[in-house]
Amino acid sequence: MSTLIEAENLTRILPAIVPVTLVKDVSLSVGEKEFVAVTGPSGSGKSSLLYLLGLLDQPTSGTLKIGGRDTGPMDEEVRARTRLAMLGFVFQFHFLLPEFTVRENVEIPMRKLGRLSRSQMRARATELLESLGLAGHLDKRPDQLSGGQRQRVAVARSLANDPPIVLADEPTGSLDTKSSEQVFHILETLVRERNKTVIAVTHDMDMAARMDRRIHLVDGRVAEP
Amino acid sequence: MRLILEIAFTHIVGRGRQTLVAILGVAVGVGFSIAMAALMQGGQDDFIEQLVNTMPHVQITDERRTPPRQPAEDVFETVAISGLRPREDRRGIINPTAALTWLRGWVPGRVAESLKAQGVIRYSGRDVGASIIGVDPDAERGVSPIVGDFVQGSFDRLTAGGNNILIGDTMASRLGAGLGDTITAVSSTGLSRNFKIAGLFHTGTTARDEGEAYVLLKNAQILSERANAVNDIRIKLADPNAAPGVAKRAEAELGYKAEAWQEANESILEALVIRNVIMYTVVAAIMLVAGFGIFNIISTITHEKARDIAIMKSLGFAEGDMRRLFLIEGVAIGAAGSFIGWLLGFTLVYALAQVRFELATTGQEMTRLPIAWSFLHYLLAAGFALASAAVAGYLPARKAAKLNPVDIIRGAT
Ligand SMILES: Nc1ncnc2c1ncn2[C@@H]1O[C@H](COP(=O)(O)OP(=O)(O)OP(=O)(O)O)[C@@H](O)[C@H]1O
Ligand SMILES: [Mg+2]
Repeated sequence: MSTLIEAENLTRILPAIVPVTLVKDVSLSVGEKEFVAVTGPSGSGKSSLLYLLGLLDQPTSGTLKIGGRDTGPMDEEVRARTRLAMLGFVFQFHFLLPEFTVRENVEIPMRKLGRLSRSQMRARATELLESLGLAGHLDKRPDQLSGGQRQRVAVARSLANDPPIVLADEPTGSLDTKSSEQVFHILETLVRERNKTVIAVTHDMDMAARMDRRIHLVDGRVAEP
Repeated sequence: MRLILEIAFTHIVGRGRQTLVAILGVAVGVGFSIAMAALMQGGQDDFIEQLVNTMPHVQITDERRTPPRQPAEDVFETVAISGLRPREDRRGIINPTAALTWLRGWVPGRVAESLKAQGVIRYSGRDVGASIIGVDPDAERGVSPIVGDFVQGSFDRLTAGGNNILIGDTMASRLGAGLGDTITAVSSTGLSRNFKIAGLFHTGTTARDEGEAYVLLKNAQILSERANAVNDIRIKLADPNAAPGVAKRAEAELGYKAEAWQEANESILEALVIRNVIMYTVVAAIMLVAGFGIFNIISTITHEKARDIAIMKSLGFAEGDMRRLFLIEGVAIGAAGSFIGWLLGFTLVYALAQVRFELATTGQEMTRLPIAWSFLHYLLAAGFALASAAVAGYLPARKAAKLNPVDIIRGAT
C-alpha cells in the first residue's frame, strides 16, 4: 500500500495582530483505499486541515506531499492542476454552479482537464450521475434538486476526473438522516469498490466508527479521542 | 478556452439588463465618436481643399527674408555701420524673364507672373483704393480660380481690348459703375489711365471683391512706370504637397522669398492639429465613461459570483483562468458595444450627409455638411472602446482572481 498523502508538522497560523493558530504540528500519512474520519469539537481546525490537504490553503510551516510530490515549491498553476487531477472536494453545502445543468456541472472539471473527448465526457458524467441515483435529473439545474440530490451531484463532480483522493467536509452535515445515510454509503462504496481514498470530516460518531481510521483534532493538534 | 467562454457567456446573460446598459453605453460612445470624427475630418478636408484650390501653392514675392547687404557694408570692414539708409529702390523681381524661364523649366505645374500696384480707381468723382494687378491672362488662368468667379462679363474679355479692366462687384457698386463703363485708374506715382470695365467678379472674399482690379500686365507696368517689372510669381502644382520643396528650391536659386501654402497658413494648420487633439480627447473621455459602465458591471459580477469563483478555484481553475474569464466578459461587452456603435455611427453619418441647409448671408447657396467617410474612424473608435473595455474588465478580474477560496467557503458554511 503506497502513501498518497504525507504531512509533516503541518502548521497554519493566520497572521493577525493576535495570530490565530488553525492547525498545529499535524503529521499524518494516508495510503490508498483508506476511509479516514476527521473528528473533533467545533473550531478544532478540521476544515482548516482539509483545506491544507486539498491545496486550497498553504501551510505556514511543515511539508505536505501528495502522490509522492512535495507541494511546497509548487506554483499556483501547478497546485490548481494537482487539485484538478488528484483531488475531489465535497463540501457541507453542495457548491454547484447555478447556471449549468447537473450534467454540465459534472462535465466542467473534465473539460478543464481536457483529457477526454466531448462525447466521452458526456458518457462519463451520465454514468457517474446514474450510479448515484440521479438518472432522471441530468438536465435539471441545481436549484431544482433536493439537498441530498445536490450533495450527490457534488460527489459525482468530485469524481469527474477520477482523482485518487476525495476530501469531504461534513458532507452530510446539512442533510436529514436518510440522505445522510445515502451519501455516507456512497462514500463508503468509493473506497470499497472504486479504490478511492476518502478523508471525511464528520461530527457523527457512529459514522466515524464505521470508517477505517479516525484522526481526532483538539485545538488544531492531533489528539487521542 | 471554450469552457471559459461559456462561463463568461452565462455571467453576462445572467445580468441581462445591466449588460445591455453597458453595451449601449459603449455603442453610444462609439457611434457618436464616429459621427464626430466624420464631421471634424470632413470639415478639415473641405477647408484644406478650399485653401489649396484658392491659394497659389507657391508664391514668390519681391521680398527677401533678410535685408540685402548695404554696399557700404561690403566696402568697409567695420563691425557696425550706423545711420545707413537704404537707397530708394524700385522694388520688383530683378530679371523676371530669366526667373520665369528657369521656373517653367522644372516646376511640375503652372506658373504665372503679375505686377501688383497700389492705386485708386475713380469714377464720377468717387475714389476707391485698389490693388491694381497686372496679369498675363493665359498664365493667370492656370493658377487662379478667379476665372470661374465672374458674375458679369468674363475673364477672357481682358484680352478682347487693349484697355479693359476687371473689378469686383462690390467695388463696382461702390463706384456706381457697371459693365462697359470707363473708369480711371490712378497709380501711386500719379499717373492715370482710362479703362473700360469688361467683367465683374464675385469671389466671396470681401477684401478682394472690394479692392482688386485686374488689367493686362503691360498696362500695369505702364501705369506704375516700371517696364518689364514683375513683383509676384504664383505657382500652382499638380501635387499641392510638393509645395515646400518647390518653394525651397526657388528661394535658394532666386533669392526672393518663396512661400509654400503650408507656410502661409501655418497658424491655420496648427489650429487644425489642436482641433484634432481636442477631438481625440473628447473621444477618449467618452470611452472612459463607457469604460466605467463596463467596470461597474464586471465588478458587480465578480462580487455576485464570488462563490462561483471559489467553486471553480477549488475544482482546479487557476488564477489565470479567472482573470481571463472576467477580462473576456469586459471585452465581450466592449466588442458588442463597438459593433452596435458601428451601426449607430454609420446611421448617424448617413443622416448627417443628408442634411442640407442654406447659408443665411448669401441665400442662394445650398450647402451640405462636409462629411469624411473613413474606415479608420470606425477602427479608431472600436480600438478606443476595446482598450477601455479591456482595462475596465481587467481591474476587477485581477481582484477576483486573487480571491482566496477558503475565505468564501468558510463564509458560506
Ligand atoms: N479567518 C479567520 N479569522 C480568525 N479565526 C478563524 C478564521 N478562520 C478560522 N478561524 C478559527 O480557526 C479555528 C479553526 O476553524 P475550522 O473551521 O478549521 O474549525 P472546524 O473544526 O472546521 O470547526 P467546525 O466543526 O465548526 O466546522 C476556529 O476556532 C475558527 O474560529
Ligand atoms: Mg468546519
